[in-house]
Amino acid sequence: MRDVAVIGVGMIPFGRRDEDSLMDMLAYASLKALDDAGLGDQSVDAVYVGNMGGGMLQHQSAIASSLVDRLSLLPAAADTVENGPASGGSAVKNGLLAVASGYYDTVLVVGGEKMREVTGWRATDFVATMTHPLAEYIYGVTLPGMAGMFTRLYMEKYGVTREALVAVAIKNQEMGGRNPYAHVEMSITKEGIYDDHASIVNNPVVADPLHLYDACPVSDGAAALILFPLEKLKNPAKPPVVIAGFGQATDTQTLQEREDPTDLKAVTLASQQALEMAKLKPSDIHVAELHDAFTILEIAESEHVGFFKKGEGAKAVLAGKTALGGTIPINVSGGLKARGHPVGATGVAQVVDIVYQLRHELPKNRQVKNAVNGLTVNFGGFGNNVLSFVLRRVS
Amino acid sequence: MPIDMELEQVLRPTQYPMPPYPPKVITLANGKKMVVRQAEREDVPEILKSVHPCLFIERDYYDIVSARLYGELLAWYRYRVKSEYCLMGQIDGYLVGVVNGRMENEKVGMSYHTLAIDRGLRIGSHLFAAKMEYHMEYLGQEEVLIVAESPIGFRRWMIEYPLEPTKIPHELGGGDSYLLTREIYEKAKPRLVVGDRPVPPDLWEISTRHILYADDDTIRERIAGLKGR
Repeated sequence: MRDVAVIGVGMIPFGRRDEDSLMDMLAYASLKALDDAGLGDQSVDAVYVGNMGGGMLQHQSAIASSLVDRLSLLPAAADTVENGPASGGSAVKNGLLAVASGYYDTVLVVGGEKMREVTGWRATDFVATMTHPLAEYIYGVTLPGMAGMFTRLYMEKYGVTREALVAVAIKNQEMGGRNPYAHVEMSITKEGIYDDHASIVNNPVVADPLHLYDACPVSDGAAALILFPLEKLKNPAKPPVVIAGFGQATDTQTLQEREDPTDLKAVTLASQQALEMAKLKPSDIHVAELHDAFTILEIAESEHVGFFKKGEGAKAVLAGKTALGGTIPINVSGGLKARGHPVGATGVAQVVDIVYQLRHELPKNRQVKNAVNGLTVNFGGFGNNVLSFVLRRVS
Repeated sequence: MPIDMELEQVLRPTQYPMPPYPPKVITLANGKKMVVRQAEREDVPEILKSVHPCLFIERDYYDIVSARLYGELLAWYRYRVKSEYCLMGQIDGYLVGVVNGRMENEKVGMSYHTLAIDRGLRIGSHLFAAKMEYHMEYLGQEEVLIVAESPIGFRRWMIEYPLEPTKIPHELGGGDSYLLTREIYEKAKPRLVVGDRPVPPDLWEISTRHILYADDDTIRERIAGLKGR
């Protein structure tokens, strides 16, 4: 297996992009990544597109082949990868394996989603199609509903408080305000969303005990990266970053079948695989992008990855350990909570954000100082299909 | 413009007595304090400066909402509407939202429009609630007739309260009205109507010194910016 470098990255601002089609967004992000890689006339061998909802929301299939044509990358191989909200991570994995195996040299991976074309209700329903059709979906289960039940259990078992959830929301929205690609740029305060009595309107219950500001927004957006064998990389213009490890694991589709629904086994397994492959420990990671579709998930995943012991993640947030300048900065991009969560784009965007960090090219108010190793967790379903990547800056 | 006061007496509808809306202050999600207070008729020209740029924003039906609001406020300013009022929200003196309505009769109110000039802070929700508070608690009405012109409005008013569908035509377009009854209001009040009184003197002074308004580009960016916030 060859070492695989990320030689180009690109992202477009996430948010509500009424004027752009799904294909426009995929193309814009791809062009930025191709430019960043400085490939010039060098051809792309294969394109992997992570997308969950093109078929349902845009009534469009064969998205990857359409993108290849749009970008004039013919006759590059093209595959669309659908794996729920882990579609982006799965696309990265497929690209990684293709280059690592030696079959392809230059691979474009892009993830994108256009979710604001429909109402919030329909978007919530679309995301809920990942649940079990007979055991969950037909009873009206939604992802916020599942996250609410998960949060209640986690609070009871590990003593997580609403103050800790509020702290995650405030931290990530603060960082989103510093990220030009973030959907949510507005800082929020504890007074406004928790302490003051007006918070019952500002931050209403969405799925008890989760409130509005515990959930990520519904976003449009796309992100892309170029993978290339490290051994063939000559005089790179930017510090090379390699994908040093990856892992993927699945869990039962329904939450009720799990021995302990608070145990996110697939997160633990995927991140362990990624860390072992990279020959690193959780304490070697300098910056992480975790899948905080809901604030509780950032806390729970930080424990399941091994950054903190079970029950310590919430205390770490309150102590500022996961903030920029803390012992393990998490979601410095703003995370899904503020950067946004165009589902097919998220797994790619997480890797792109870690590449920015490891290249040390971000402004001071976002850059984790001297970061060398970064980790991502892309969480599909309710933890039933999880991908994790470890990235390393090559000296 | 020359005005014939004799003819004006014919053209101007008679007005119901309307007790004032006591101002309040609401803490928003970003920690900023929004003062909600009643506009005076003389404030209309300043308010219209913030409504005008919204006329050209298609997103979320801002164009129709602001065009109708513009006309309604002008009609109030020119004494061509019966028993209209206008409440506004200000942050640091800047106008961030406007709501209006009128008394249909002593017992029934007619809700007109809700325009949030800054977004993502639930300003519209707070101001709509203040409007309902005015009808129920200060004008002493029993019912308010309401329609929504945007899906956001439908979600915020018809579903959140929730309002009662009727077959009563509404002044805005003649469609069927939804109804806020006193019973619905009392049930919704604990979770939707907030704010502190009195307004602290420093905030009151900033809010009443001038009605500040953002420039057109800033307003358009806040409402229809690329990211939509």
